[in-house]
Amino acid sequence: MEIKKEYAVQMHGITKRFGSFYALDGVNLDVEKGTIHSLLGENGAGKSTLMNILYGLYQADEGEIYLNGELAAIKNPNIAISHGIGMVHQHFMLVDNFTVTQNIILGKEPVRAGGILDMKKAREHVRRIVEKYGLQVDPDAKIEDISVGMQQRVEILKALYRGADLLILDEPTAVLTPQEIDELIRIMHNLVADGKTIIIITHKLKEIKASSDFCTVIRRGKGIGTVSVQDVSEEELASKMVGRSVRLAVEKTPAQPGHTALELDRVTVAGSRGVDAVTELSLQVRKGEIVGIAGVDGNGQKELVEAITCLARCKSGMIRINGAEVQNTTPRNVVDHKISTIHEDRQRRGLVLNFTVAENAVLEKYREKPFQKHGVLDRGRILSFANELIQEYDVRPEDCAQQPVRGLSGGNQQKVIIAREVANEPDVLIAVQPTRGLDVGAIEYVHRALVRERDRGRAILLISLELDEVLHVSDRIAVLYNGQIVGEFQQEEADEKTIGLLMAGGKRYAENG
Amino acid sequence: MQKTVKLLRKPITSTVIAILFGFLVASVVLLAAGYNPAEAFGALFNGVFSKPKYLSNVMIKAAPITLTAVSVAFAYRAGLFNIGAEGQYIVGAIASTLVGYLLHLPAILQVPLVILSGMAAGALYGGLIGLLKARFGIHEVLTSIMLNWVALYLSNFVVQSKTFHQPNSTATYPVQQSSYTMLLPNWKLSDEGLAFLRQHKWLSEILLKTDVNFGFLAAVVAALLIWFLLYRSVKGFEFRAVGSNHAAAELSGIPVKRNMVQAMLIAGALSGLAAAMVITGTNPHRISTLAAFENNGFNGLSVAFIAGSSPIGCIFAGLLFGGLLYGGQSIQAEVGAPTEVINIMIGTIVFFVALTRIVPALADRLERRGIRHAE
Repeated sequence: MEIKKEYAVQMHGITKRFGSFYALDGVNLDVEKGTIHSLLGENGAGKSTLMNILYGLYQADEGEIYLNGELAAIKNPNIAISHGIGMVHQHFMLVDNFTVTQNIILGKEPVRAGGILDMKKAREHVRRIVEKYGLQVDPDAKIEDISVGMQQRVEILKALYRGADLLILDEPTAVLTPQEIDELIRIMHNLVADGKTIIIITHKLKEIKASSDFCTVIRRGKGIGTVSVQDVSEEELASKMVGRSVRLAVEKTPAQPGHTALELDRVTVAGSRGVDAVTELSLQVRKGEIVGIAGVDGNGQKELVEAITCLARCKSGMIRINGAEVQNTTPRNVVDHKISTIHEDRQRRGLVLNFTVAENAVLEKYREKPFQKHGVLDRGRILSFANELIQEYDVRPEDCAQQPVRGLSGGNQQKVIIAREVANEPDVLIAVQPTRGLDVGAIEYVHRALVRERDRGRAILLISLELDEVLHVSDRIAVLYNGQIVGEFQQEEADEKTIGLLMAGGKRYAENG
Repeated sequence: MQKTVKLLRKPITSTVIAILFGFLVASVVLLAAGYNPAEAFGALFNGVFSKPKYLSNVMIKAAPITLTAVSVAFAYRAGLFNIGAEGQYIVGAIASTLVGYLLHLPAILQVPLVILSGMAAGALYGGLIGLLKARFGIHEVLTSIMLNWVALYLSNFVVQSKTFHQPNSTATYPVQQSSYTMLLPNWKLSDEGLAFLRQHKWLSEILLKTDVNFGFLAAVVAALLIWFLLYRSVKGFEFRAVGSNHAAAELSGIPVKRNMVQAMLIAGALSGLAAAMVITGTNPHRISTLAAFENNGFNGLSVAFIAGSSPIGCIFAGLLFGGLLYGGQSIQAEVGAPTEVINIMIGTIVFFVALTRIVPALADRLERRGIRHAE
């Protein structure tokens, strides 16, 4: 390998072990100055580990890092920052009740003589960066009052304020709307035009195509190679990442809906700030169809799910399952009415992390025969039931039944939840963000499972912030904005642009003329 | 190396290390105060093991704190921090004293009724904490601490009440003799019993010189039952699910609030049982004016902590604690060092148990170094 000044970063032969596990095994990464370079890989492939090494959060066991052609020893993030490296984490690290400016300067505050905070200078400095890169944010707004997309810009500003020339963005689009993603890509191009270099960690192929110049693929800790993005298709990238060919489109036959299984009739749910989060919402899901709800986070998805599962009260309206009213009863009643929920927050709502996989597998069935007799658990039955699910759903490692579910990877945890909920043989299956944080292979698996359950005659309500997912999997698509359904489409008549506009609060243009 | 790593990962290893550190710190304190640690620990050891009656007394001391520890450990598994074991113990003591004094039934009825009354009082007192949490979301630590004080003054109120106060004392009347839960309370004082015991020195020492009773047996049985309840029963599955993740339990249909109240009822009953066994099993069989908490509940907290909230572990931790408390008295008697040294030691042990997460981390480090060496 040649060490050149034209490269902002050259990581050479990076190896990182955790115990006997190789998180990274001799990975190389060359990032040219002034380019956007994406790092693609499945969950657990090692891309975040590699970036954490570059940012000084971890130390490599082997290998060298060259910055602008010079060997660098990055022992901690402070050293990384002094080399002009900035990192925007997936989970924002902002103080909610501080203003944008306060957050940006936090840790490196301009002071006047006597140690007094110079807010005027700070605000001026922030305003300058904001204007320079076209990052529109109000420097005096509080973090809790601005959108997620804005918050992300604040994180980027934080890095720029500290003099970053190289920005690492960890899964930056996970929380954004399609429009916000376009905006982010525009900002990234602005930054690069100004001579900055950007590395983005992602597993979303479309965004790599839209934003990046180069892409390095990592699979199970090994570097698979670097490609020039314009030369490859999304399918090729996906195959490189997973190591086998993948189908990105969801294969399914047209839906053959039966009678209505879940019916929401003018449901209103109070939100946390006294404003109704869901207003007079009506929706029907029939057996044998998948209804997808598209919408930006915070438009009532959470409250809608809580109302259906009776975790929250409906202020008015009715929720019927096969004709029986269930609103404002108990979660147990809902479970007994054969509604199963794949919750978005799998670690908080979906699983008891300290419980074994087997115990989690019977979380709703533990009190049914044959899993108990006279109030005593039949541990043999529970174990064999869990092992069946593990086999059927290919949960790994396969001998995990008696291990705490905490130790499984995110994808395998999700498989445990899906296996459990499907094994309930529900009439209505509610899937909220079922593929959040999963890699391409696992996503494909989850989508196939949803379609399979649909074909078995279950009514499926899919609520997702990933517009692509809603568009590909659903038979019918409803757009949720501000607690109301603002548009409904059959899958074949839905197009991304229209739905994207509706999600952002625009009118359906069929109505405008 | 692999063996060491494996050993270090076991929870019991951390506890043993914590106990050793407790002794170490106590040695330093003793040395600083000018006492010989070896002598002091010798006295402690002798004070526990040298005579059968000492061992018997250790068990008597261990019984209530083991039971309150099981109460705390159980509540902890159900997601509740039962700092109120102290108050539940006190109301249990009040109830069993009053019932034991007022009723005049044959032992076969009297004993169960007295014990059940203690358990019921403790259960109601604990249940109240659970109810306040389930209904109004008031944190159990807050209500527990307040209710502990309410129990203390309620106890003093009862002691001074006209009906129950024994004149010329600072206590109530004792319970009727038919309430006693000592081992063979009548036989051991009969002529026949005395004659038999004269020939069996070992037995006579335990039976005549100590209030040997069924308290510790009750503690062991309770610990085993609670273990079974938690890990083998449907109900325990709910308790543990609510305890480790109430949000997931709720979504899967487990009634979270009801389980909270039920768990506190059971925890309270265990603390009440501790008190009932003390009142019926040891002199003076009554309640006295309390100037401060007797720490039967608070010590249970430490014991449960040392036991890592394992009900079975509470039995052993309770014995350790009972041994330290009882044997510690000998340090003062024989070496002249203040018994506070024992409290320092107990404090240190608890402190190091709290730090035990270091030990598995140490194991990880050793393992990593091992791998590097191997290469």
